[in-house]
Amino acid sequence: MKPIVKYILRWADDALIMSHRLTEYCSHAPFLEEDLAISNVALDYLGQAESLLNYAAQCDASGKSGDDLAYRRQEHEYYNCQLVEQPNTDFAHIMVRQFLYDCYNEETYTALKHSSDQTLAALAAKSLKEINYHLKRSTEWMIRIGHGTEESHTRMQSAVDTLWKYTGELFEVDDLDREMEAEKIGIHLPEAQKRWERAVRTIFEKANLQIPQSGYMVTGGRRGKHSENMGYILAQMQYLPRVYPDAVW
Amino acid sequence: MNSKDNQGPLWEVFIQSKPGLPYKHAGSLHAYDKAMAIDNARDVYTRRKEGVGLWVVPSDQIVSVQPKDAEAFFDPADDKVYRHPTFYTMPEGAQHI
Repeated sequence: MKPIVKYILRWADDALIMSHRLTEYCSHAPFLEEDLAISNVALDYLGQAESLLNYAAQCDASGKSGDDLAYRRQEHEYYNCQLVEQPNTDFAHIMVRQFLYDCYNEETYTALKHSSDQTLAALAAKSLKEINYHLKRSTEWMIRIGHGTEESHTRMQSAVDTLWKYTGELFEVDDLDREMEAEKIGIHLPEAQKRWERAVRTIFEKANLQIPQSGYMVTGGRRGKHSENMGYILAQMQYLPRVYPDAVW
Repeated sequence: MNSKDNQGPLWEVFIQSKPGLPYKHAGSLHAYDKAMAIDNARDVYTRRKEGVGLWVVPSDQIVSVQPKDAEAFFDPADDKVYRHPTFYTMPEGAQHI
């Protein structure tokens, strides 16, 4: 696989799996307005994933379509971060996961907008409008339920304690990142990390939340190693196209 | 939905479909404060390109005519056709009127 294809898949798979997780929540939100809002975000990510997967398929030029890439890969061929695989444990987990990911998207897509690859740059610019809104929304929820009641605060802190260990791999730099950055296609992750940390700390302070002391971080997503959640996600996501390979809308 | 639901107060949503056009009432929603109300309005009412402008107003801030006052408010206009500017002849060829 060409390096650029794998690089695009890392971005695409984040959006695809995030979209799937949020879609699972459709009709389960605490009230109607929030249900529509979360489903909207899920659809934004599905749109981003579709554009990126189609572009990956085009660069791959092996005859696979964007749909093939979405539905016909094995688990180890997905390169999303493990943060987006984490389950919809409760509303606090959903919002903390969302905020950490929105913040990451905000910084990384802002950088990707300057990619020498014009398609990636254009997709980044388009996605950023959506990402700006996602971040505004999840930031407001962080502060709202971070304070809120004793129970809401406890749940939020517990979600932070669970999810924080999945933020390390977001900024891991490997040979592929270095190669893409050298070609000015990819972004400089350490710079994005600095901005991300600053933004996250600011909001955590406003939301009265603590970053866990333990420095333990999970790794592997970008190399195709996933948490046990991923198998269940793919089983559900791929069931139909695998059972009915010729199914069309 | 019932009175025990803790979904926050009710807000009325108004949408402007094009720049310059008046805002029209679109519906209502629940939210705990202004920031959340405008976000919810965006997500509930403008997902399909319905608008370019959006207002939310707390429902309890809207003053409306009580049904018992409706006759006094509206019926007197029934027989005042002379309030319509239709009782003169338009000059032929007049434009921009």
